[in-house]
Parts: sequence; C-alpha cells; structure tokens
Amino acid sequence: MYAANFLLLGAVLFSIGVFGVIARRNAVMVLMSIELILNAVNINLIAFALMNDSAEGHVFALYVIAVAAAEVGVGLAMVLMIYRNRRSIALDELSEMRG
Amino acid sequence: MSALLAAEVNVAQNVGFYIIAALMVYGALRVVSTRNVVHAALWLVVVLGGVAAQYILAAAEFVAVSQVMVYIGAVMVLFLFGIMLTRATIGAETDLNNRGWGVGIPVAGLLLAVMVWAVIDEFGSSVIEEPAAPMATTAISDVFLREGLVPFLALSFVLLAAAIGAIVLARKD
Repeated sequence: MYAANFLLLGAVLFSIGVFGVIARRNAVMVLMSIELILNAVNINLIAFALMNDSAEGHVFALYVIAVAAAEVGVGLAMVLMIYRNRRSIALDELSEMRG
Repeated sequence: MSALLAAEVNVAQNVGFYIIAALMVYGALRVVSTRNVVHAALWLVVVLGGVAAQYILAAAEFVAVSQVMVYIGAVMVLFLFGIMLTRATIGAETDLNNRGWGVGIPVAGLLLAVMVWAVIDEFGSSVIEEPAAPMATTAISDVFLREGLVPFLALSFVLLAAAIGAIVLARKD
C-alpha cells in the first residue's frame, strides 16, 4: 500500500469540504461539509497510525469522532433555534453581528 | 502499472482502495453540488461508509466500527431530523448556494494543489508495510486509559455539555 494513497484521498476530501463550506448557503449543508473535512482529517490520522504502527493515531481519530458528534448536536440545535426565530437558515441573512 | 505489481505492494488492497476512493470522491462531489438537501445527506452516507471501509483496509477495525455506529447510525439521523425540521419542502431547491459560490473553486483548487504537492514531496515513494494483524483494541484502550486519560475525561465533559446545551438550545420555552 502506498503511503500517499490515503493522504491524497484525505487531501481531496478536505478540499471538497472546504469548497462546500464556502459555496453553500444552507446551514445544514455547511455542517455536512464540515463532516467531510473532519473525516478527511481522520483518514490522515489513521494512515499515519498505520505508517508508524502505533495506537495513538487511532485514539486521536476516536477523539475527533466524539468531538464531531458533539459539534453536530449543538450545531443542529442552533440551526433549529435560528429557524424557529427567523423561518430561514440561510447563512447570508444572519448579519446582525456585522460591525 | 508496473509499480503496482511490485512485490511489496498488495495489488488487491490497492484495487479495493481505488474503487472505494472513487466512490467516496464522487459522493463527496455530489454532497457539495446537489440541489436536494435530502440527497446530499444520503450521498454523505456513501462517503462516511467509504471512510469506514478505508479504515478496515488500514487495519483500524475498532475505529471503523465506531465510525459506522457514530456517524452512519447517529449523526446521519440527526442530520435527517435537522433537514426535516427546518425545510418546508422536500425537493429540489434553487437557493442552496451563495451568490459568490464560484470563489470556492479556486480556493479549494489551490488548497488541493498545495496539499498534493506536500504529500507527493514527502511520501511520494514510501510504501507502508503490511501490518501483521489489525490494531488490537487492547492497545487502543491502553493509550486511552494511560496517557490519554485526562483528555478522555475532558471529552466526557464535552459530550455532557453538548447534550445539555443542545437540549437547552432546541427546547421550546
């Protein structure tokens, strides 16, 4: 197995996720793109763990999975609250904090 | 192709990797390009399942099972509930993208070019030795309960705070 295989797959997924975060207007879609980015990072962590034959990379990947689950829970709760207050989750309409 | 047939490279593993990777990249592109929010969530399931399959190829079975349970089992259900609670229509929509969405293509392209260059420069020719056995779950738990104990406890509090925070935020009062 080439070492670059996993790392390049991670780079491609990361870039697609960054594009999604920039391009999407719907808050739920932006959260999905963030999931793509976190999974790209996890693939890299597992690849490095495989290269060094150590368990630390797996532990880091599990931390990332847990934090991602917490992030999605809180993020979707915030999206629900915004939708209840404004009847819309378009991110470019949330401009109250603009200076 | 001759490089693929070298003795130290497992051909079947590489072919499996490329098939799954192609599916994942196609699914990820659909996630960020489709006009239907529910379809995006279902394509995301394809990507997350592909990630779990790659973990198995990389001898990380415990992480693969965690991925299936947490992401495909829990996070996707959350996403689908979020979509259903925030959208009046289940169908194609026209205003899912920002007006300036085209800016994302050069940004993502530049990022990809830099990362590909860095990876090829550093790991272009290195081959991973095949592991004798998948990573033992006991090894992972040893790290969790020795060096990683304090972050593990902190993570428990993060999850507790996230659960309470989500209830507080989403509650109707």
